[in-house]
Amino acid sequence: MSLFHEMTKKPWLVDPAEANEVREVGAFFLPAGKVGLRVFLVVVTVIFTLITIAYADRMLFANWLPMPEPWVLWLNTALLIASSAAMQFARNGTKQDDMSGVRDGLVWAGVFTFAFLTGQLYVWQQLVDLGYYANTNTANAFFYLLTAAHGLHMAGGLIAWWRSYSRMRRGASVADLRLSVELCTTYWHYLLLIWLVLFALLLIS
Amino acid sequence: MSNGMLEETQVIPLAEVEEVDLYHAHHWITKYVFCQDAKVIAIQYSATAILIGLVGLVLSWLMRLQLGFPEVFDFIDAESYYQYVTMHGMIMVIYLLTALFLGGFGNYLIPLMVGARDMVFPYMNMISYWVYLLAVIVLTVSFFVPGGASGAGWTLYPPQAISEGTPGIDGGIILMLVSLVLFIIGFTMGGLNYVVTVLQARARGMTLMRMPLTVWGIFVATILALLAFPALFVAGVMMLLDRVLGTSFFMPEMIVQGEMTSHENGSPLLFQHLFWFFGHPEVYIVALPAFGVVSDIISTHARKNIFGYRMMVWAIVAIGGLSFIVWAHHMYVSGMNPYFGFFFATTTLIIAVPTALKMYNWVLTLYKGNIHLSIPMLFCIAFILTFLNGGITGLFLGNVIVDIPLSDTMFVVAHFHMVMGIAPVLVIFAAIYHWFPKMSGRMLHEGWGQFHFWITFLGSYLIYFPMHYLGFVGVPRRYFEIGETAFVPPSAATLNEFITVMVLIVGFAQVVFMANIIISIFKGKPAGDNPWNATSLEWQTATTPPGHGNFGDELPVVYRWAYAYSMPGVEADFVPQNMPPGEVKRTDSATGPVAEDPPELHQ
Repeated sequence: MSLFHEMTKKPWLVDPAEANEVREVGAFFLPAGKVGLRVFLVVVTVIFTLITIAYADRMLFANWLPMPEPWVLWLNTALLIASSAAMQFARNGTKQDDMSGVRDGLVWAGVFTFAFLTGQLYVWQQLVDLGYYANTNTANAFFYLLTAAHGLHMAGGLIAWWRSYSRMRRGASVADLRLSVELCTTYWHYLLLIWLVLFALLLIS
Repeated sequence: MSNGMLEETQVIPLAEVEEVDLYHAHHWITKYVFCQDAKVIAIQYSATAILIGLVGLVLSWLMRLQLGFPEVFDFIDAESYYQYVTMHGMIMVIYLLTALFLGGFGNYLIPLMVGARDMVFPYMNMISYWVYLLAVIVLTVSFFVPGGASGAGWTLYPPQAISEGTPGIDGGIILMLVSLVLFIIGFTMGGLNYVVTVLQARARGMTLMRMPLTVWGIFVATILALLAFPALFVAGVMMLLDRVLGTSFFMPEMIVQGEMTSHENGSPLLFQHLFWFFGHPEVYIVALPAFGVVSDIISTHARKNIFGYRMMVWAIVAIGGLSFIVWAHHMYVSGMNPYFGFFFATTTLIIAVPTALKMYNWVLTLYKGNIHLSIPMLFCIAFILTFLNGGITGLFLGNVIVDIPLSDTMFVVAHFHMVMGIAPVLVIFAAIYHWFPKMSGRMLHEGWGQFHFWITFLGSYLIYFPMHYLGFVGVPRRYFEIGETAFVPPSAATLNEFITVMVLIVGFAQVVFMANIIISIFKGKPAGDNPWNATSLEWQTATTPPGHGNFGDELPVVYRWAYAYSMPGVEADFVPQNMPPGEVKRTDSATGPVAEDPPELHQ
């Protein structure tokens, strides 16, 4: 069903197709959780877009001093890609009714994500040791702001991951885990995409 | 109806609404305190919003006492005056109006009006309220920290908001920003619920275009809020970092008391853009639910279908979309490029088109209607007049050349209070008088309601009409005391005294209103299930107030839109949305199939 088509209807007229029957409920043939996640990802996109626009605006100022890019950021990026791949592996497991695949995928996704977050904190530590404080230049402040915002979203994702993982540990079936693993996978992929955009932005600036 | 449509209908299976696993409370704490039922959450939101709104009201009295009778009240100094201004604005816009329309009415009405048992994510809905409450508490605490609440003005413009000399820069501004961030987190949780419930949890037969306009208004306003609040969130976090960590997102190099600050090259203008990218849609976050509520109430109380339903829906959507490209009309005096000003003036004037369309449709709904001048109807008519007034002065301020001399005068204060203060508040009153019987099972007292209406309506005009004049003669806003000037005549002081007296009188009427609510909860006249003979689903519940799960054993099935009033050939002057066509009683003279719709509308 098209939302646009739906909104062109004239409800004051008797629709011959609906005169004796009533049909349709949801606007999308999707579980509420999936629709909710998509709406939330739109909100997340707006947040990161606005910070990015502000970043681009401030880059034009005269005293903008770009930060160095520690090599650990590349390693962290690889870890995040690995966590996203592991989530996809878990999702494939739910589709194939393969419990061991789901288990391995979830465990590794969690391990890689924890490693990513630890790696990001390590980068912060490195930069602080080198004297790149948030208040010494706005470029530094933006770096900390962007990585913190992304990291907090990843940490929030870990709460959902933990719920799925706990349910699996308590003996939930693959069918019971299917939706939550699918939602986690979508979220992980999306946050990977956001990180790649942010990382590219940090590199080109 | 095209053949294509019919074919499409044949292949789409009839959808069944699955029964959800409804949350059941087993303890009074989970039933009345940490409750996941949207109706309880709605009442919690409403009570909290009204309580903090009363604080905002008292602050406005204090402001007016100072403006009306300067140098009379020793306890009001310049610093506390700016704190009153700031907290009044922020409380009213965010913590009262937004929270009450979306958290209060949204939670109560969406599930009931679309025929759902509850919101789709009830646990998250509950958390949403508690985070909101925390935000309100944090904001309130800021009154009591050293230095007091922020006195930066509700727009919190940097650099002044976090610079030495502004009241509340020690703790007040920090708590204000933390509170805003919390509010947005809480709202996002609730907002996801409202949007997904409308999209995915409607009753069988409740197509999007059969939804009452109240639901449309809240739905689109929630989408606006989900897209606009992130701007305030980002601005709030960045300003917090400027204040706490000494970053320079918004703070430029400055000399304060002869010394250079540690900030460098921040952009105060960037804050203004972020703030108003949120701030202008915020006007419609408040106005769109009000538009929806007014449409439903005047249709019900005029016993007539809403005129131009489809255009009303599209106007709501169009206003929502346009509201994102007008924000810089709040910044004409910020030194922006004149071409920018021209662009934003143009979009601002364009937004008047769908808004005017709604105005005409309300008036045409009333035209030849069987108008019942009940209290909700009175408030709605007052809203139409007030929004028209406020909208027209908006046309003045939307034009750059007129805005510049009027900027920062009392004319602006009068304009935005009419359009997004008084007008939405009138709708809140209309909605409370209209839905209170459903929420409590009892009617509010009619006589006290009349008193409340007339004092509030006429009083508001006596407050804000003179304020436009004060703006024209050049009385600036935000001034603690203007003293003697060459251009402001002495009569302005007399007018200020008059306005202050009116504010106190209107304030007293609100006390009567609160008393009416409290007394009517216990001693009001029993309302029955459907005292207004309304068609929408919330009036068709098995019990009043609606029980847990809203609709008894079976969810309703919807057969028509929510505006089946005074249909020719039908005995009753209303047909509920869930009444099967076969059960609609016809008049003796009617022949043929049941007249589901007015024949003239088939054209």
